[in-house]
Amino acid sequence: MSLVVRLRSVVCLLGRFPALAGADLDVEAGEIVLVAGPNGAGKTTLLRLLAGLLPPYSGAVEVLGVDLAEDRISARRRIALVGHETHCYDDLTARENIQFFARAAGRAADDVDRVLDTVALAEAADVVHRGLSAGQRRRLALAVALVRSPDLLLLDEPHAGLDATGRDVLAGVIRDAPAAGRTVVMVSHELEIARPLATREIRVVGGLIHPVTESVPHS
Amino acid sequence: MSEHPERTANIWREAALVAGKDLRIEARARVAVGQILPFGLIVILLFAFALDPDRGVLARVAPGLFWVAVLLAMLLAVGRAFAIETHHGARDGLRMTGLDGGAIFLGKAAAIAVQLALLEIVLGMGVIVLYGVDVHGIGVVLLTAAAATIGLAATGTLYGVLAAGLRMRETLLPLLLLPVIAPVMLGATRAFEDGLDGVPGDAWPWVGMLGVFAVIYTTIGVMAFGALWEEAA
Repeated sequence: MSLVVRLRSVVCLLGRFPALAGADLDVEAGEIVLVAGPNGAGKTTLLRLLAGLLPPYSGAVEVLGVDLAEDRISARRRIALVGHETHCYDDLTARENIQFFARAAGRAADDVDRVLDTVALAEAADVVHRGLSAGQRRRLALAVALVRSPDLLLLDEPHAGLDATGRDVLAGVIRDAPAAGRTVVMVSHELEIARPLATREIRVVGGLIHPVTESVPHS
Repeated sequence: MSEHPERTANIWREAALVAGKDLRIEARARVAVGQILPFGLIVILLFAFALDPDRGVLARVAPGLFWVAVLLAMLLAVGRAFAIETHHGARDGLRMTGLDGGAIFLGKAAAIAVQLALLEIVLGMGVIVLYGVDVHGIGVVLLTAAAATIGLAATGTLYGVLAAGLRMRETLLPLLLLPVIAPVMLGATRAFEDGLDGVPGDAWPWVGMLGVFAVIYTTIGVMAFGALWEEAA
């Protein structure tokens, strides 16, 4: 197994506040890691750091074998982040949004229809983003991530706003990830839903990362 | 690891992708047609009312008024080009694509240039009709418009991303941008005057200056946009 994520003594500041305060983490290829922890613990910061969207103040961040301090742009091409926002354009249809991100990643046009089917959004493919329901937007965000065929899939509260169909779709995507050669790091507060999908659970508290077996302080 | 196709995409393909996306959004949102174009026409119309047409003043000042209207409309177009990236975290989505910063710059600048070119056509017809302007040197007028439009789009895109990370970007963008594009205003106005007067020979130095300005700011933009785009987060 190769390491997909390697963090060493990472400090990440949001303003003057250390959102991550010396975090260490190893994630191996094919793992599905659940990240739990209280609000404000640094979970979303951890995902944005892994996505290369947030530079560390200090420490080493290697993702997919790339030192993000050296080349986070090329690493991003192999990473997808499904965050609190959809990262999509209001005036483009679901299909056009997916097409844009597919073309940017050099993917084939066939992939667009495939991911629309995967996330059960084919019927709303020609509806503009602003016309989609909250749940459909969440599925669109997942489709945009999948069409890029990432090696590392980062999910931030992916179950929020999804109906039963959407949660089934998401569960399928997560379960199929190792077979597709994909590693998943997922932040969730809905532990009863997320835990059965994960191969490992970690907890972020006070900007530090702990395995769940370890007794951690509660803030 | 899943297989990744070889990234054969070059900067021009990526720029065309970004430009196509921006233009499609503008065509659908109709901000350019519904707000920017009417704004430019109102500026032209207000000058027509404010100045006395009987004394031929309008025809003499038409080049300057035309470019003032274009500059003001350009500020709206530049603001709009970056505003579409602020909703729903679209900017982070674009960053995650790993597209080359220079390609994003060229794409955004091209989309703004296309909108400005369409605006200039309509405003030009408005000036001819409302101000009674006769066009003698059409070639130099078209070349001037092309060089000035590229320069304005490149400079606007560069300063647009500079202002994108600022809280008061709507008010700061004109303050930052207008002094920088003063040479374009001057050169384009003088070249238009010479072109419209039928003495295109006098216009070529101004057209050359506009061309150099466009090349300089396009080059700076391609080189610097990526870092500025990241820092604007």
